[in-house]
Amino acid sequence: MKRLVPLLAYLLLAGALLLLAPAILTDFRLSLLSRFCTFAIVAVGIGLAWGRGGMLTLGQGLFFGLGAYVMAMHMKLDDAGPGGVPDFMKLYGDGKTPGWWEPFRSPIVTLLGIILVPAIVATVLGLAVFKRRVKGAYFAILSQALTAAFAILLIGQQGTTGGFNGLNGFKSFFGYAVNDPVNRRLIYFLTAIILLVILAGMAQLYRSRFGELLVAVRDGEERVRFLGYDPANIKLVAYVVSAVLAGIGGALFVPIAGIISPSDVGVVPSIAFVIGVAMGGRTTLLGPAVGAIAVAWAQTSLSENFPSFWSYFQGGLFVIVILFLPGGIAQLPTMATRLRRRPKPPADPSPIPQPRAAEPRAAEPRAAEPATTSAPATGAVA
Amino acid sequence: MDTFTNQLVAGLSVGSVLLLVALGLSLTFGQLGVINMAHGEFIMAGAYTAYVVQQAISDPGASLLISIPIGFAVGGAMGLILEIALISRLYHRPLDTLLVTFGVSLILQQLARDLFGAPAKQVVAPEWLSGQTSLAGVDVPKARLFIFVLSITAVLAVSAVLKLTPLGRRIRATVQNRDLAETIGIPTRRIDRYTFFIGSGIAGVAGVGLTLLGSTGPTLGTSYIVDAFLVVVAGGIGQVKGTVIAAFGLGLLQATFEYSTTASIAKMLLLLVIVLFLQVRPQGLFTVRTRSLA
Repeated sequence: MKRLVPLLAYLLLAGALLLLAPAILTDFRLSLLSRFCTFAIVAVGIGLAWGRGGMLTLGQGLFFGLGAYVMAMHMKLDDAGPGGVPDFMKLYGDGKTPGWWEPFRSPIVTLLGIILVPAIVATVLGLAVFKRRVKGAYFAILSQALTAAFAILLIGQQGTTGGFNGLNGFKSFFGYAVNDPVNRRLIYFLTAIILLVILAGMAQLYRSRFGELLVAVRDGEERVRFLGYDPANIKLVAYVVSAVLAGIGGALFVPIAGIISPSDVGVVPSIAFVIGVAMGGRTTLLGPAVGAIAVAWAQTSLSENFPSFWSYFQGGLFVIVILFLPGGIAQLPTMATRLRRRPKPPADPSPIPQPRAAEPRAAEPRAAEPATTSAPATGAVA
Repeated sequence: MDTFTNQLVAGLSVGSVLLLVALGLSLTFGQLGVINMAHGEFIMAGAYTAYVVQQAISDPGASLLISIPIGFAVGGAMGLILEIALISRLYHRPLDTLLVTFGVSLILQQLARDLFGAPAKQVVAPEWLSGQTSLAGVDVPKARLFIFVLSITAVLAVSAVLKLTPLGRRIRATVQNRDLAETIGIPTRRIDRYTFFIGSGIAGVAGVGLTLLGSTGPTLGTSYIVDAFLVVVAGGIGQVKGTVIAAFGLGLLQATFEYSTTASIAKMLLLLVIVLFLQVRPQGLFTVRTRSLA
């Protein structure tokens, strides 16, 4: 039963993304949904780092941007043809392709770069930060400052990064025309399948020994240290994985949106990624992805109709969700059951709902395999 | 020698702006361990206060001087409301406070846009603050000099309150050891509220001062807030002197980097310096020593 509920939820999501959405949505809406799916991929990474690892990263825009710019550079070079120079460089730059662009002519280097560039940046930053036990608010601020600096850097280097306008006007995506409706559908399916594969992988990761350790680090870093583990390494892995996911999301964003600019990667979009995660339920498996899609959907439909209202709505969402519903919508069923069972529930002192505490422990005194004795925390709420 | 003095003056000028915007933040962050993302919007509120006061009083000199206490009151009142309504409910969740106050900052920005319109407003500088003055052979805009004086005055005032008054003694006691402070009868929650009022009030004053440097728009606060946080991180929490040294240090560094590279690369280098600095001192320049493991 405990395993069944998340599995059913996962199949439901897969069905909705792969069967229902393509059947009922217009091409325009489907293209929007594929854009939201890229945000969902970023959100899954934030769920890992923040929900499971307790590292509030306000800088996912940096990794999103790294992945996106790597992809965009490749597409620009591809459009320019072999040995050609991207159009905007002739306008703003010196008319030559800079050396650090050249490797991304190759599709293989590009695909590797989408994974490796965010991973390397996250590793260096993570080592510098976690090994010195910089954490909590300090980490959040540093990650945010890095994103801000990245956006400023992109704007400043107009000749090689497109500056404020970013990179846009792509024609082809690995040889397929970007504007062809059939190809746009293909890209949607590609994005949705990647999202679902990542979620399946994440379920496995949450259930693994590493997933258990990560939660342990979040709830009691010192205790884990006393047990002989190095929390810095555990956090580093989670952070790097979340950075890679953000990079993949960014790379997929480029052919879908047709543009990547500093305003997509700065401080504000980076925090906006977080609200979807918070709303969906940061500790759950599917919550971050579903929340991200829901928030992005709300943003599009609300700002289509009432542009200024969206800011109030988004701000209010942050306040209300975090204040009253720290577990996100995934917390609602648990809250409802609790209210029904006990008329006066004791105030929950822990910030993050931990359904596991309420479950009866598996009656295995020796607990030979940690991975099998404890059910995933997503079980009760996902 | 000339470039050196130029850089020195430019650095001190940048540093004084940083100091002004970060001083209130370091108070509230040091006291509560709470990150107030809406701090930038309190700065914005101070700037709009100066604009509104100037609409009422046409004389720019008088309106500037009157705006400073009013800006303090406006910023302080907003901080007080925020503390009572939201932050006091989130004491054990400092990271969540960050997100909640970010939501508040979004709302306040939109509110400013709806109240004053999206285009930036201009506050007229008084006669005696326009133009340049010569200082050690370097031409300095008088407005920059005024900001320098304003931020030093703010630092002295805050230090005096912290060192000399009973309230300041209680604030320091709470920062050093909240539990122990409570056992000797200090109402720490009420002290928190006072600290928040003062810190947010300084943000309002900073906003009034910043109107001299540029126009006032809804996003005024966001452009300063990240830098202000970096100052607080580098300076360490709980002590004014850390903030002062960090602000001027970062200001001088930024001026130097900007001189030898471009503004955008200077930002990146500055961040690199801070990350490297945290390798040596993960808690910033100065920190209040505690025995807690967290």
